[in-house]
Amino acid sequence: MTIEEQKYTDIMKEDLLKNVKDKCESGYRLVQIGCGKFGDIFEINYSFEKEYSFENLRIKTTEGEKVPSISDIYWGSFIYENEIHDLFGVEVTGINLDFKGNLIRTTVKAPFNVKNVTKVKPEKKETAEKKTEDN
Amino acid sequence: MSYLTKSPWIIHYDASSCNGCDIEVLACLTPLYDVERFGIINTGNPKHADIFVVTGSVNEQNKEVIKNIYNQMPKPNVVVGVGICACSGGVFRECYNVSGGVGELIPVDVYVPGCAARPEQIIDGIVKALGILDKKYKDSKKGGDFK
Amino acid sequence: MSRRIVVPFGPQHPVLPEPIHLDLVLEDEHVIEAIPSIGYVHRGLEKLVEKRDFKDFVYIAERICGICSFIHSVGYCQGIENIMDIEVPKRAQYLRTIWSEYSRLHSHLLWLGLFADSMGFENLFMNSWRIREKILDAMEETTGGRVIQGSCKVGGVRRDISDSKLKDMVKDLDILSSDIEDLCHVFFDDDTVIHRTKGVGVISKEAAYSLGAVGPTARGSGVSTDIRKTGYVAYADLDFSPVVETGGDCYARCAVRARELLQSVDIIKQAVDAVPSGDIDVKVKGNPDGEYFSRVEQPRGECLHYIKANGKKNILRERVRTPTTANIPALVKMLGGCEMADVPVIVLSIDPCIGCAER
Repeated sequence: MTIEEQKYTDIMKEDLLKNVKDKCESGYRLVQIGCGKFGDIFEINYSFEKEYSFENLRIKTTEGEKVPSISDIYWGSFIYENEIHDLFGVEVTGINLDFKGNLIRTTVKAPFNVKNVTKVKPEKKETAEKKTEDN
Repeated sequence: MSYLTKSPWIIHYDASSCNGCDIEVLACLTPLYDVERFGIINTGNPKHADIFVVTGSVNEQNKEVIKNIYNQMPKPNVVVGVGICACSGGVFRECYNVSGGVGELIPVDVYVPGCAARPEQIIDGIVKALGILDKKYKDSKKGGDFK
Repeated sequence: MSRRIVVPFGPQHPVLPEPIHLDLVLEDEHVIEAIPSIGYVHRGLEKLVEKRDFKDFVYIAERICGICSFIHSVGYCQGIENIMDIEVPKRAQYLRTIWSEYSRLHSHLLWLGLFADSMGFENLFMNSWRIREKILDAMEETTGGRVIQGSCKVGGVRRDISDSKLKDMVKDLDILSSDIEDLCHVFFDDDTVIHRTKGVGVISKEAAYSLGAVGPTARGSGVSTDIRKTGYVAYADLDFSPVVETGGDCYARCAVRARELLQSVDIIKQAVDAVPSGDIDVKVKGNPDGEYFSRVEQPRGECLHYIKANGKKNILRERVRTPTTANIPALVKMLGGCEMADVPVIVLSIDPCIGCAER
């Protein structure tokens, strides 16, 4: 039961800007940029749409590598690129509106890059409860 | 209801709630439930408010905001935590950015559970809070402390 | 001599039910630049997929936002069903459509009320919310919940609506549509509304498209895009066309939503007429393995759920791109050059749902 055909094109990171520019020039709309971490590899999907035809460009990157920003081509991409930086710790270079990690301020830095993030301070609570009992 | 003779005003703050409880708090103020008939008005100014209604759970970002609002409110005041997230964190308690219910930060007088809390429950909670507010007010007249 | 000052707007602001923060750079009364900063309601629920199995995550997906709750769960379930190749029974698809449209009615009425409130039109605010309660009553009668329904699950829906109840719902909607029409007239023709919204926060068709605006924000600028046209759930069988206005200002965005109310009523009627009998769910066996971009049209616009799974009980990654996130760049552009007093109206005109945007 497929509603929409799923099109993915794996591209090299170096070719990203060229491919995105092609999309822009042929009249595509930027739907989203989304990141996911699978093993040690970050997978970044750039989704585009034109007249209900939905397409994706996919690049792969690893820890410490930089990804170029596409905000010169799609002005609105800053919101996704800052999000990727804040949640995954992937460095995106040359964003037009760079929040420098302050778009989404989280308790844990780059939470999606850390394994098994658990909430902080369950210990503290126990001691606090003990204290009240003592009193 | 032999509660306050004056009109209690509420201030509402959304602390990382999903909106469900927020819109139900707002629904209390609109025609079907209409708490304005009790003289309850939603104000945006903490210094005008007697009741602090918090929806959603606390995180690092909004900690300061909640404390700020609470400290600016004239005493005596009451705090009502609306929704399960304000009570304990609810389904989101395991999220990395949620540190728990509002009770961890400021003293809460009435908890209204539910996901989302229904307007009837919220009104019930506010009415309970009015009783506590009245008691606090009387205590303060006797020279007691506001807590 | 003009002087630049920065005025913080929010997070706790009387006109906003939710916290968003904007730094407004002003020159006299004019906004030169607006810099958004969010994160007050960020919970990090996408990470919860590691702790909940894929069937339980429906409840988390539904609680991304309390306004568009039902459609979020449809988006998520649809993604899983596509990966697992589950054929959802027709009746369930129709019920999903009906509930989705009820969500849209409730969300748009809520927004129209808040929008009226942002321009100081208290009476209109109360009136919109009075009508909205009728919609919520129907929701509660059929699902048990007012704003969080919990009636969508992987493989179908949890509850059926009896045929007689469906007929009653249509009857109620008939009565309600005359109320809605009256309400729309006020939004279309009232001097106060026109004065506050015409020519305010204009964004051109080209700009709206290239900034990636979605939903009523894009349609208000003349971009005809509506994900319902891709024909998910039962939309393929129903007859409707996207509501498009060309003004690009707050008035146009408001008009799109007002007209969509009547469109939703019409879609519900069509769906009730065509709803087939049969099962409402199928048994789900095994675990998902694969990936899928599931797109649905929320009251605020296109919403995307990306799901990637590897055959385990817990899926690997769930990414949600909500309509408000996509509309923020457009909002920033709209605010440039406007007057300080118009900021609340313009911010509300994109129907910001911060709970959605930050997840």
